[in-house]
Amino acid sequence: MKTKMDTINLVKRSLPRRNRNQIILKGLGVLAIVFAFLMLIILMSSLITSGYKALTQTHIEFSVYIDPAKIKPERLPRGNFKGVLQDSIFVHHEGELSKSEQKQLAKILSNGAQFELRDSVISDPGLIGQSITLKVPTSDPYDQLNKNLIDRQTEEEFRRLKDNEILWFDSLDQKGLISKPLNWGLILNTDSRFPELAGLRGALIGSFWALLVCFLISFPLGIGAAIYLEEFATKNRFSNFIEVNINNLAAVPSVVFGLLALAVFIGWLGLPRSAPLVGGMTLALMTMPTIIIATRAALKAVPPSIREAALGVGASRQQVVFGHVLPLAMPGILTGTIIGLAQALGETAPLLLIGMNAFITSAPGTPLDTSTALPTQIFIWADSPERGFVSRASAAILVLLTFLITMNALAIFLRNKFERTW
Amino acid sequence: MTTLAFVLLIIFASLGCIINHRSAVSIRNSGIRLASITLYHGLFSLFLVLIPILILILLWLVLQDPLLELYLLRSVLDEYLAGSSKGETDLVLAEIRSIAGGTIFGQPEGWKLAAGEQLAALQDLFSKLLVFTVSVLALILILIARYKVRSEFRARQNVERIVTWLMIACSVVAIFTTLGIIASLMLETGRFFSLVPITEFLFGLNWEPQIPMREDQVAAEGAFGWIPVFVGTLVITAVALLLSVPVGLMSAIYLNEFANHRVRSISKPVLEILAGVPTIVYGFFAILVVTPAFRRFGDSVGIDVSPNTALAAGGVMGIMLIPFISSFADDALSAVPKSLRDGSLALGATPSETMLKVLFPAAIPGIVGGILLAVSRAIGETMIVVMAAGLIAKLTLNPLDSVTTVTVQIVTLLIGDTSFDNPKTLAAFALGMMLFIVTLIINIFALRIVQKYREIYD
Repeated sequence: MKTKMDTINLVKRSLPRRNRNQIILKGLGVLAIVFAFLMLIILMSSLITSGYKALTQTHIEFSVYIDPAKIKPERLPRGNFKGVLQDSIFVHHEGELSKSEQKQLAKILSNGAQFELRDSVISDPGLIGQSITLKVPTSDPYDQLNKNLIDRQTEEEFRRLKDNEILWFDSLDQKGLISKPLNWGLILNTDSRFPELAGLRGALIGSFWALLVCFLISFPLGIGAAIYLEEFATKNRFSNFIEVNINNLAAVPSVVFGLLALAVFIGWLGLPRSAPLVGGMTLALMTMPTIIIATRAALKAVPPSIREAALGVGASRQQVVFGHVLPLAMPGILTGTIIGLAQALGETAPLLLIGMNAFITSAPGTPLDTSTALPTQIFIWADSPERGFVSRASAAILVLLTFLITMNALAIFLRNKFERTW
Repeated sequence: MTTLAFVLLIIFASLGCIINHRSAVSIRNSGIRLASITLYHGLFSLFLVLIPILILILLWLVLQDPLLELYLLRSVLDEYLAGSSKGETDLVLAEIRSIAGGTIFGQPEGWKLAAGEQLAALQDLFSKLLVFTVSVLALILILIARYKVRSEFRARQNVERIVTWLMIACSVVAIFTTLGIIASLMLETGRFFSLVPITEFLFGLNWEPQIPMREDQVAAEGAFGWIPVFVGTLVITAVALLLSVPVGLMSAIYLNEFANHRVRSISKPVLEILAGVPTIVYGFFAILVVTPAFRRFGDSVGIDVSPNTALAAGGVMGIMLIPFISSFADDALSAVPKSLRDGSLALGATPSETMLKVLFPAAIPGIVGGILLAVSRAIGETMIVVMAAGLIAKLTLNPLDSVTTVTVQIVTLLIGDTSFDNPKTLAAFALGMMLFIVTLIINIFALRIVQKYREIYD
């Protein structure tokens, strides 16, 4: 009797301590979860706060008199387009300007403005001698000023824009020439050395080609391999070896795939550098294990009764698989494939090694043209010293994440809509 | 022209399929019983045309240009290039290739222009030849397939045999990928070790991968000892694990044992989002937010923090690894049989005691396996360190300092134009080889542990 009472007392005495330990462990767990949440929030909010500014672009709109004295129809495409622009913009400046001031203040126009003007004059030489209204991006420092990224309180010598430049901008702003429309150039332009003109078109098309090649290779190969291993292969050394290989490939660092592509596809097979074709082939090798694993899981989920029923009415084993099991497993396979492609879209390191980080100002027409891809374009911009490129990189990341979220949402939708439970 | 060849191939294959299918149908309609249904006769022709010609086209595309260039070298260019080195020959070939492609830089010599024109003409001729060969071969194969259509021809068995071999070929791609990785790494690493002694690479304490631009350049001898690079990798990996292991394990324990359904249904997707963010985004996050934050903190307490501190790269990598470790630990904890938990609770242990003294020890092998896989991911992770870690190899264990990693060196050595004949670019392959070996060993070891442990309870 006594010992039992002792035990109960012992337990009772120890209970507060034990409950305290329980609370501590729970608290630590909550802390860990909160930490993960916090990190995700900081990550997303920092990207959005730095990226949303690149979603608009400061433009300047003014009327340009195309002076026949400076641009002669017979000398096109040459001509002093820069001078024409300068003359037209300084109409809005009060007071005399020295030569050096002119040179300094003309920099408000993006460097691309003269090429835009040149192109429109070449396409219609009748414009010479007339006035047209031109709406062009301002150069990056003025864009930053308009977005309050340049602090007007900073000492003049530490500021990117001098006092007279800010005054010049403000006077133009008061006349209503400055506007800040949505930055469609971010998606429609190709890459450029000037942040205000740089866009993602080349990268988006490059990524599209690479993903297309990746899909065309990895989808049939992955499904073929998975069907063989799951439905037909007898368990022996050979099939075991293949399986070990696939599992290991899934864990090989991505940069090693880049080395493989560099040595084999470019070095031995002589395929062109920086081409989405090579990028897609490399990504296909990395995506294949994902698709194989997803396909095998989907095949496994189809109940044996389906197979037995089909076999029972006289179908061959391949007829069973291709006619009955595979269609039923398709939603699961597609879900896995989309998730694999989403991973491939964000993959950067192997693309860097095969040279898809070159500076290319034209969008690729075929998978054999040199090109960048979305993640490598982010890498290029993130590495650029100009401030304007940082917000462009954030905006490009937002574009990339939008694609990833859309693809994953599609995968989840497919799974919920078509997946059957037996 | 190449596109035309592919289009023709598809047309011919479909044509063969239709012809065979129709003739099979007509045999059946005449009242004779077929051994296989008509569809398989069509498919037989499709495969018979498609597979050999596809292989032919791919081989042709791979071999055409190298063989043509070899021919040019042997015949036309022999007199001009006698005695020039391989590098010079490659340069001339590249110029001729671009002339043949229609882009001419500057004023090349006349013989180069002539060679370029000849190459272009040959290329044109051979692509026409390809289209011709494809057409002839396809017609022959269609005829053979058509000839096979008989009532007693077992088309299904033939088609199924082809399909089986196709599927085996698909599976073997995985083996070939592994072989390709090993072969390319071994070959280039072998060439590297013929330039730099293997002992220097494995045991050297200096990593300064430069090559002299001129023969007589002073103080530009490169040093290729991988120890400091590897130590840097370990420092960053250690920082990443110090963050991700406790956080990942704690969140797994909480989600597995204490969280109610609602918390779980919110937390799991959040962790999955963290796992799905591309690493380049983490790298950008590191240089945009984390590094400046560490620098500011260091300034305020008076510690000197390097602009490429290993703490930032490792910390961000740790965030990336949290969901990885958490999901592995969660799986391992869930795999522990329910009877163990019930028994422990029935004896009067609190849930936390059950977790720490019963479930967790039982799950340890699986958790260790997960952590090992996380280590291998951390070692092989590229973009975060390329953006946030340093470039200069310093033999230090101080995480506030700037260190470099194996993957950073691989990427920086190979970015830009590369030729495979100097130790600088070949060193990247040697580093890749070491990376492959180290991660492979860890992976095999980890997968073993995880698998063995699963078997115990299954």
